[in-house]
Amino acid sequence: MNGRHGAVAALALLLAGCASNPTAYDYAAFLANPPRSILVLPPLNESPAVEATYGYLSSVTRPLAEHGYYVFPVQVIDAMLKDNGLPTAGEMHDVPLRSLREVTGADAVLYVTVEQYGSSYRVVSSHTTVSVRARLVATEDGTLLWEGRASESRRTGTGLSGDLLGDMLVAAFMQALNTTSDEASRLARVTSQQLVSRKSAGLPYGPYHHAAGTVP
Amino acid sequence: MKGAAAAVAALMLTGCASSPPAMYAWGSYELMLYATYAAPGSVGIDEQIDLFENELSQAAHPMPPGWYAHLGYLYEQAGRLELARDAFLAEKADYPESTVLMDRFLQAMADAGPRIGDED
Repeated sequence: MNGRHGAVAALALLLAGCASNPTAYDYAAFLANPPRSILVLPPLNESPAVEATYGYLSSVTRPLAEHGYYVFPVQVIDAMLKDNGLPTAGEMHDVPLRSLREVTGADAVLYVTVEQYGSSYRVVSSHTTVSVRARLVATEDGTLLWEGRASESRRTGTGLSGDLLGDMLVAAFMQALNTTSDEASRLARVTSQQLVSRKSAGLPYGPYHHAAGTVP
Repeated sequence: MKGAAAAVAALMLTGCASSPPAMYAWGSYELMLYATYAAPGSVGIDEQIDLFENELSQAAHPMPPGWYAHLGYLYEQAGRLELARDAFLAEKADYPESTVLMDRFLQAMADAGPRIGDED
């Protein structure tokens, strides 16, 4: 435990010396109260894809756990909240932190909002995009420990043939295929990984990771 | 600089470069989570339990956070309460951070008492 505090203090000094880097995240709040466990609620959904909330939720456990945190089982938590009269992510996000802390014992809650999920149809190609933003909040006092965002996009249209009508038909066909959840759910896993691993702005490694307390 | 870093990260994430080995035995857990939501009812509780038990028997790494708790939840839904209890205790043993929640589930099962048709 002392060793970990020493490493955390050393990290704080190191980051203080990096103030000139405009993209570096200010980890002061996190370092003051590093969490061991994270409760991930079903995300809010700003995209038109109905499947985004649970498509994204199923992608978030592995990156967080491999990052060294105890992650509460997302499906069990979702079922428990629904059983307690909270059928939507919006209502779940409104539950007071002290209640979440009392029921689960979580050190922190990750509030995720899905901004984009799935296909966007452009004239001659189709992209699949998953974009999220997230806030990690301490259950003890509501402190914002960390926030981040990630966006991953993959072009799924085939190459341009020079035949505009043909390309548009191909793009429309690809769009119809991509509207199924699988393409986006695969990309969601990449997005979740990027969210926590972003250089200089990612989530510090958690207690189960060999590099606990350091930033990716 | 940020764009290049993101591109490198993307390459690494797609597995073109070496990525660190996983700490936990993920198996098909993520896919099962996704399938349960994407196609609800397509895999019955007993089938899901079979899948979990099979993965446990083949695991070469520790089970991930929440894995035993999820299995316990499945067992409880199937009425297999003793196995549910064991799974919740396994979660607690591996991950002390789960203690508050696991104790809550264990207490709720104890309070509910035996039900008609309980197995195990």
